[in-house]
Amino acid sequence: MGNDTDETDTAARDWATDFDHTDPAYAAAAPEIWDELRERCPVAHTDRFGGTWLPVRHADVSAIAHDTEHFTSRSVIVSDFRTDAPAPIGFAPPITSDPPFHEIARRILLPAFSPKAVRALEDATRTFCRELLDAIEAKVTAGEPIDAAVDYAQHIPVRVIAHMLGVPPTDGDRFRTFIHRILERPGQYAGTIAPEDTLFHYLSQVIAEHRREPNDDLIGFLLNAEIAGQALTDEHVGGTVALLLIAGIDTTWSAIGASLWHLAAHPEHLARLRAEPALLPTAVEELLRAYAPVTMARIVTQDVEVGGTTLHEGDWCLLPFPAANRDPEVFEQADEVVLDRARNRHAAFGLGIHRCIGSNLARMELTVALDEWVRRFDAMSLPDPEAVRWSTGQVRGPRTLPVTVGLAADSPRPTEEAQP
Amino acid sequence: MRIHFDRDACQGHNRCGLVAPDLFDTDDEGYAVLLVEGEVPPELEDAARLAADNCPEFAITVED
Repeated sequence: MGNDTDETDTAARDWATDFDHTDPAYAAAAPEIWDELRERCPVAHTDRFGGTWLPVRHADVSAIAHDTEHFTSRSVIVSDFRTDAPAPIGFAPPITSDPPFHEIARRILLPAFSPKAVRALEDATRTFCRELLDAIEAKVTAGEPIDAAVDYAQHIPVRVIAHMLGVPPTDGDRFRTFIHRILERPGQYAGTIAPEDTLFHYLSQVIAEHRREPNDDLIGFLLNAEIAGQALTDEHVGGTVALLLIAGIDTTWSAIGASLWHLAAHPEHLARLRAEPALLPTAVEELLRAYAPVTMARIVTQDVEVGGTTLHEGDWCLLPFPAANRDPEVFEQADEVVLDRARNRHAAFGLGIHRCIGSNLARMELTVALDEWVRRFDAMSLPDPEAVRWSTGQVRGPRTLPVTVGLAADSPRPTEEAQP
Repeated sequence: MRIHFDRDACQGHNRCGLVAPDLFDTDDEGYAVLLVEGEVPPELEDAARLAADNCPEFAITVED
């Protein structure tokens, strides 16, 4: 079960036999834990959540991600509850869908997230980032402390996904509440939330509004989509919108935050990105490799051997793509960030048929967010590294990231102020 | 140099389209489309190697 910060019992913890990915101690040191497990196990286990496995080698993670015969995606967030999702659709298609339905649900969405479709969102994303940076700059000028996660990273994907879905950007705080409950405290809020305060209720309202006033945003698109001549059910539309909200926000927020954390801790990398803007696309892939936020999960559908260990039917199996990305069998200097790493077969967006459908969007957001940040600030540091708090659960990124910054002399000025 | 692209293995990561835009485009669903027929023009050989070395699904192979 998950732990709140004040309940951690890390003293006696053996990550190989009793890991807990919802423990803040795991979140704070995950890369080191994966390195240790890769040497020792290489498939760790815990009795928690009714029995859960944690492979950490690239080969094992890749094999599982490509094996839809022994592993189902029916449920992809490990908790104490094994959901009875309607197979093969699941609650949030296509991420919770298995073949053959998976491909049907996925192909409906793919065009909206293609590189070409995402390119059309870049200018709006850049504008969002600049607005956030203007506000941060005002705080810096006023001598107020700033937080790169709270004041910047967390807002960018919320605004982009709200823009895509056609819901008010002011709903951002509500999105983050839903996400926190589902990803950071899975299962723990069951039955404790007023019905009108649930994600389910919110989605019903949003879908009803879109039915009353049709438009050409992504929800409108889903309401018009068909499978074999039939409109999608409200459950399918609601599940997919929930997926896009949950999967599209926490993840990108984490990637942006972790990348900024890295640059704050490595001023030479910040300086290099400022001096060599053309390096940014390569650096973005390397930051995605090193700080891939997402660990997926599967349920074992029939006994199967992975890395010399037999996984049993009904067990959970985590898929830590970030651990695969740090496997020295696949990556040279796996534990170092090499900004100009040219050969980088990273699995930050997963592998196999469930490759993150928003990967092009996430990559664009991360690239634009970093580009705008490094143009604006020529120095950054962590005044209190201990104050950085990493999220728990299957999406890992800094949720609190106090930084100090230096305003670049050549920074793009948001608005020209009249001289007195 | 010859290049081979396995469309069945492609999952639309679009890494090839980013490192080798003269060799790979993407279709409307985001899957890669190889723009040359087998033989890689000499000036694109480095790009072809990069595309192969960055594909997470090992869908691209090159042979000298």
